[in-house]
Amino acid sequence: MSALLAADLPYWVQSLLRVLGGVVAVLLPAGAIVYLFLFKMMSFMQSRLGPMEAGPYGSMQLFAEVGKWLQKEDITPERADRVIFKIAPLVVLASTFLLVAVVPFGPDAWFTNFEAGVFYMLAVSSVSVLGILIAGWSSANKYSLLGGLRAAGQLIAYELPMVLAVIGVIIQAGTMNLQGIVMAQNTGEIFGWNGLGNPYILTQFTGFIIFMIAVQAELTQTPFDMPIAESELVSGYMTEYSGFRFLTFFIAEFATAGVFSFIASVLFLGGWGVPFAWFGWTDIDSVDNWMNVVGPLIMFGKMMLLSFVIMWVRFSYPRFREDQLQRFAWKVLVPISLVNIMVTAILKVAL
Amino acid sequence: MTSTESLIDRKQLAYIASQAADARLNVELETEGMTLNIGPQHPATHGTLRIIAHLDGEQVVWAEPSCGYMHRGYEKLTEVRTYPQVTSLVNRIDWLGSFANEVPFILAAEKLMGIEAPPRAQWIRTILFELSRIANVSLFLGDLGVQLGAVTPVFMAFRDREHVLNLIEAATGGRFHPNFDRIGGLKDDLPEGFIDETRAVMKKLRNFCTEMEDLLFGNEIFQSRTRGIGVIPKDIAMQYGLSGANLRACGVDWDLRRDQSLPMAWDKVDWKVWTHPDGDSFARCWIRLQEVRESTLIVDELLKSIPSGPVMAKVPRIIKVPEGEAWVSTENPLGEMGYYVVSKGDLGPFRTKIRSASFNNISIVPWVLKGVYVPDIITILASLYFILGDIDR
Repeated sequence: MSALLAADLPYWVQSLLRVLGGVVAVLLPAGAIVYLFLFKMMSFMQSRLGPMEAGPYGSMQLFAEVGKWLQKEDITPERADRVIFKIAPLVVLASTFLLVAVVPFGPDAWFTNFEAGVFYMLAVSSVSVLGILIAGWSSANKYSLLGGLRAAGQLIAYELPMVLAVIGVIIQAGTMNLQGIVMAQNTGEIFGWNGLGNPYILTQFTGFIIFMIAVQAELTQTPFDMPIAESELVSGYMTEYSGFRFLTFFIAEFATAGVFSFIASVLFLGGWGVPFAWFGWTDIDSVDNWMNVVGPLIMFGKMMLLSFVIMWVRFSYPRFREDQLQRFAWKVLVPISLVNIMVTAILKVAL
Repeated sequence: MTSTESLIDRKQLAYIASQAADARLNVELETEGMTLNIGPQHPATHGTLRIIAHLDGEQVVWAEPSCGYMHRGYEKLTEVRTYPQVTSLVNRIDWLGSFANEVPFILAAEKLMGIEAPPRAQWIRTILFELSRIANVSLFLGDLGVQLGAVTPVFMAFRDREHVLNLIEAATGGRFHPNFDRIGGLKDDLPEGFIDETRAVMKKLRNFCTEMEDLLFGNEIFQSRTRGIGVIPKDIAMQYGLSGANLRACGVDWDLRRDQSLPMAWDKVDWKVWTHPDGDSFARCWIRLQEVRESTLIVDELLKSIPSGPVMAKVPRIIKVPEGEAWVSTENPLGEMGYYVVSKGDLGPFRTKIRSASFNNISIVPWVLKGVYVPDIITILASLYFILGDIDR
């Protein structure tokens, strides 16, 4: 352990730094994705300019939107289950914060360095389902109800391919610690060649594709956005939410996109590292201290790359029907990922 | 002996017990239906149509369209208007392709008066008619994407439709409501440069059609959402009085532009009536895509052979239509649209019956929505393609 965050500072300073870092790690990706991708990239894809008035090139548009939402009346439907209705968006957002807690951003720049990090990540990512389900149920709205039920069915169906896709990575890395997975990728080698380390996107490409599809479904982005389905269910489980509570859902949606991109880049793109063989680093203790600063930037770049792909798919595809989606999950993704696990295990033992 | 008997008894007992368990389970698992009002205010109905859907889970048990939320009483209003004034009313029926609404009414009035527009006027009428078809159906193609969850196509549709609207504006002065057709001809001749500009725009529109084929129709998700969904057999389609692309998608080779002789220019050029044997949502969308492309070709051909001459026949300054009744219908963007005009020799019609395509097209909704899933309601409604003004008049 080197000195920057781990040893010298008092515990409360460390905790404060980690909490602030967590907020930044959730809100910064959300803002960047919303402005760059949702506002601008989507507009350019659709032959329009997007927001141009608020600030240069509309860069302050996000703040204007947030300001607008904060001013709006917080409406609770008369027959809604009030307490649960109000808790639901927070549960969804809490899931995002819980997720970011295990993501490593540098050799020491982590929030918690958890041995079973992957396991924890997969577990808490399901908490958002709970929030969505209770949002749909407590709204006392038929559209919300259908949206919530669809979300529950869909998110549970896509947990499994996601878990199975990650198992391939765990087999290759030999650890469930996310930091360990980063190290395994950056110090690894592909059949004896260590020019790039071993980012698992190369050796676990099937797993990567399945993981990204599952993430797309987990985030309820477009080919899998039946829970929201604005042309069918008005806005699905979010229909009755307004003002700050809608904003919470909105932040959670894009922040989770960012956090899942972080996780995907940790699992498949080598995380915060560049191939360590370049610098002669062999294990976590030999990594230079400045990677604590550069690492988060590298992570941010990789996150933006993956979020770009997520948003790109979102803007170009029509949506599935939910029975087609279930069929796709159970009949296509699960078998492929099982085969992937088998092949990975055999190769791991054989090589 | 006794042992087999007891075996039978045991089997019977087990059977009875399982029956009882089933019955209990049925009582416990009995589901309650839910009535879902899709509309009058709903993003998918692009207007104020209301679909009352009784659902079992997400499956439709029965569904019924309820219209009339936007009824404006145009049939009655025509009775207190003069003939030239009626065109400004009726082009608000199908507001996306409004010039096409004026033509059958004017043709009916001309039929009663026994006059015919000069050839150039017929040509220009046909060109503007096809332009409004393109303006209408190209928006449908974009809107289709939105209904299925793809947001991008609609902006492409608006981008390219804008050129067509500009053309209509250049020729008539109005983007949406041209009010350009007159009894005996047209208000004005085409502006200078219209022909070259139109050729360029038609090329763009053909590109747009190819783009849509690539972006939407070739997409596997789109195909899986539309193929085999909302299948309407030929005979059912005929029974419910479907018309236009909805009917041609069921394999009926029927197009009023070709099948009846009107004083219009369609029979002067070669073109093809597209049909599709499947009758599902995909067929209906695909037919419309082909028709946009065919319309651009028709316009191109018509521009080549446009005759010169006046655009207005000799008509009296104050138009009085002689006593009589006339029925004229044309193949509008949405289907067959016709006017039954009864004249008592006054300045305005005594009675007008408007047969609008969408009203008949949505009459099949209860039949076709039976047993489909909620997402398919949207697909089927989108592919049936109605415009609220055309339903409620």
